[in-house]
Formats: sequence, C-alpha cells, structure tokens
Amino acid sequence: MSSLFWKEINAFFGSLLGYLVLALFLVALGLIVWVFPESSILQYGYADLEVLFSYTPYVFTFLIPALSMRVLAEERKTGTWELLRTSPLSIFQIVVAKYLALLALVSVALLPTLIYYFSVVSLGDPVGNLDQAGFFGSWIGLLMIGAVFTSVGLFSSALTSQQVLAFVVGVFLCFVIYFGFSAAADLQLGDFAYWLEELSLSYHYINLSRGVIDSRDIFFLFGVIWLFLGGTILVLRSK
Amino acid sequence: MSLEVSQLTKIYGSQKALDEVSFSVAPGRILGFLGPNGAGKSTTMKIICGYLTPDGGSVSVLGKNAIDSPKQVSPLIGYLPEHNPLYLDMYVREFLEFSGGLYGLAGKKLKQRVVEMLQKTGLEPEQHKKIGQLSKGYRQRVGLARALIHDPQIIILDEPTTGLDPNQLVEIRALIKEVAANKTLILSTHIMQEVEAICADVVIINKGKILAADSLENLKSKATEVQLVLETEEELELEWFQQFNGIQFGSKGKNEVLISVSHAGDARKEIMQLIQQKELNLISLNQNKKNLEQIFREITK
Repeated sequence: MSSLFWKEINAFFGSLLGYLVLALFLVALGLIVWVFPESSILQYGYADLEVLFSYTPYVFTFLIPALSMRVLAEERKTGTWELLRTSPLSIFQIVVAKYLALLALVSVALLPTLIYYFSVVSLGDPVGNLDQAGFFGSWIGLLMIGAVFTSVGLFSSALTSQQVLAFVVGVFLCFVIYFGFSAAADLQLGDFAYWLEELSLSYHYINLSRGVIDSRDIFFLFGVIWLFLGGTILVLRSK
Repeated sequence: MSLEVSQLTKIYGSQKALDEVSFSVAPGRILGFLGPNGAGKSTTMKIICGYLTPDGGSVSVLGKNAIDSPKQVSPLIGYLPEHNPLYLDMYVREFLEFSGGLYGLAGKKLKQRVVEMLQKTGLEPEQHKKIGQLSKGYRQRVGLARALIHDPQIIILDEPTTGLDPNQLVEIRALIKEVAANKTLILSTHIMQEVEAICADVVIINKGKILAADSLENLKSKATEVQLVLETEEELELEWFQQFNGIQFGSKGKNEVLISVSHAGDARKEIMQLIQQKELNLISLNQNKKNLEQIFREITK
C-alpha cells in the first residue's frame, strides 16, 4: 500500500503539471488576499483572514478535481488498472492509498497559507491582535473541506475513464455539496430548508470557523468522506 | 497440477465468451494457449489472474481456489496482460521498485530482486530511461520483468510477442524460454510457429470452447496425412501415380508432384520403384512435416 502511496506522490512531483497546479493555487490565493483591492487585507483595515477562508473553497472546487481527475481515470484508460487489480492489493487498499496521497498533496498546497497567519499577526495593532481560535478553527475547517472534496474528486475519477469528464463531474459535485444545498435552502421551502442547510458543507464550515470544533460538524464531514470513498469502492467493484 | 481450470463459463450479455472450459498444467511445463482472435484466451487468463469473475466453474492455483481467495493466489502468479500496460512516465527502475512494493517486497530484498530482473531481461543499460522512451521490444522486457519481480511459480503471458519486429520476436522468445526454466508458464498466442518454438503442451480454443488439449508431440502425431513432394529433371505425368494405393495427389508444376498419403514409408518405396522404372533423374523427395497450422485449421474448421 505504501508503495502505491509514494507512486502517486512521485507521479505528481515528477511532472511539471504538479508544480504548476500548486503554484497557480498559491498565486491565486496570494492575489486575492494581498493584492486585489476589493478583497485585500491591506485595504480592509482589520487584521483578519476572513478573505482567505471564504475564497479558498471556491479555488478548491476547481483545484482538487484537477488534482484528482487522473488518479483512477488514467489507470483505467491505459490499462494499468489491470496491473493494480491483479496485484495482492484489494480495491479498498488501492482506494485508501490513492486517497491518502491526494490528501497529502492538498495539505501541502494548503500549508504555505499558514505563513499568512504570521503576516497578519504582525500587521495587527497592537501586534498579535487576531482571533486565534477563529483562525485555527477555520484552517482545520478548510483542511476538512479539502478532505471532502478529495473524496468527491476520487469518486468522479472512478466513474469514467475520461479525465476531462471526471474533472467536470468533480467540480459539479463539489459545487453542489458546498454551495448548492445552502443556496437551495434560500428558496422558500419551509421546514425542508433547514434540513437542506444542514446538508451543505458551507454550513458546517462556517460553524468551524467560529473557532468551536463541534463533534457534530466533524462527524458530518467524516461521514461525507466515507460516503464518497465507499461509493468509489462500489463503482470500481462493479466494473 | 500447478493450475487447474474446470468448467469455466463466462457470459457477456447473450454471448458465451467461455463455455465450460477445462484444462490443467503440470508443474514446470510450458503451455501454449492457442486460438483465433476473440476465442476467449484473454478472458480465461483474466479470470485465472482474478481480474474478472467467472459466471461458473473454478480455478485452482497450486491447490488454492483463485476465485474465492484472489489475495492469496495473486503472489503466486506473474501476469503480463495483453497490450502490456505500463506507466509511461515512470523510470524503468522506479517502476520495477514500485511493482515489487505492491507484492510486499521491501528494502534490501527489493533492491536485489530489481537488479536481478534488470540483468535477466537485459534492461540494465535502460534502467534510468523513462518507459515511454523505450521501443516496443524493450517495453515488453519491462513488462516481463514486472511480471517476474515477485518470483512467481506460475507465469501467464497474454500474447507477449504481438507487434514486435522479427529480431525482437526472436529475442523475446528466447527470454521467455529462459525465464520459464523451472516454472509453469502459460502463453497465449494466435501464431502457431510460436507454440512450436516454445511450448510443450497445447490447448486449442475457439469460440469459447476447448477443441484440443494435449502435448505438442501427441497432437502432431495424431495428424493422419503426410505430404510428399517429388521433384525430377524430367516432366512427370500424373497417370504414373494412379496405380499407388490410397494416394491423393495434386500437380505443382511439370517437374514437381505433391502427394498426400497416409503411410509415408510405403509411398516412398513405390516412388523409388517408379523412378527406376521410368529412369528418372531425381532432384529431391521431401516430406512436409505436418505443422500445427494445418492441425489447427483441421480442428477449427
């Protein structure tokens, strides 16, 4: 299993594409957080990283399906899936190894944003005037969103052997479970709206960003991850 | 028996890809799995390797049930799929190390095994190249090295020589023969010469059904007719041969006659008598060996 994990990591860093995706992710976030006047912290006047946390899920919606689209689709297209399937690894092990590798990559992409924390801490007046709990709650929330999107991306990569199709389906599913449900809840639906709201990722993400790590939110997010990983395994088994 | 396949059935939609296929391979033998395209060769191999599940029947590999416990059987089998799928972006050495890792090899043992396989398959000079840069013959070597990395008892190669040029063909065949020493090998192909060059046993399959399963020698000796080709300096007349018993003949040229007989020995004697009688100047009298191709056509007709 570990050799499959490292193979995925190496495949990513062995190609220019991998570095490009990471670089673009950080440049896009950097521009939003520090440069663009509408969202820049420097213009905003408050030592607060709300911008980072509200925009990153949007970037993730595209970034993560882009990272994950090839992971299973390519194996099936080139026939190397047959090599993996006839090895002693079970489908469960293959899916878990690939998921962990992707999750490691997403974490690596997210890690440099911790630097923003130190920047904003020293920008505050007085220095260090920052809602610490809010920041770390949000950061963990962001990591969880990344973990959920990764499972969604893996699932959509299992559905088809066409990478582009896997990407489009992945983006759509991420969009629906993050924004879709809560947007639908805004329609006049009465009691049902409350349930829809609870189903959306953004609802649980906002809960975490208040700095309170509630077990209900964590359970929900883990539940969604297991749902999509289980779905991935079922899809692969049936093929 | 190293491998026993019994009553294997696989249905795709309304079509029976395999229809109660049964055969077995003794340890240390090389079995040629012969059949036209679409006969069910790959399907059978994929089922043995655990990639497909059959609709009926069983596979036993070294006494273990391959369908119920694929995880235990997988390390016993070295499998080279049709079209030899490889990760083209990986380096040769990196790929072999990765593949060994999948089979639980690690550390010193893995390194040692990789070096061994690189030497055996002649890939040492290419080990730092990307697989995508290699020629088809060398990719085939990489595929073979991968199939053998965990030192399996049974090797299954699905059309290992398709698409190779004549030189590569000879090299890969020699390599297959070499690596198969002391192992059980199953090799599928639709090229008869390949079976004659490498295999000891033959299974012929067509439209999902086993038509023949025997040793190459037995199959060849079962052939009923022998062809003799007589060539002389003088022109031959077909009438001369009509007095022979049980002979079918066809003319090839004026100086050449093709004769099909069931007993080559008697026919040869009669021909020699004829030559003396008519005072002919003999150039050659050859016996065409009954090759597998003819047998195959007879059986699959």
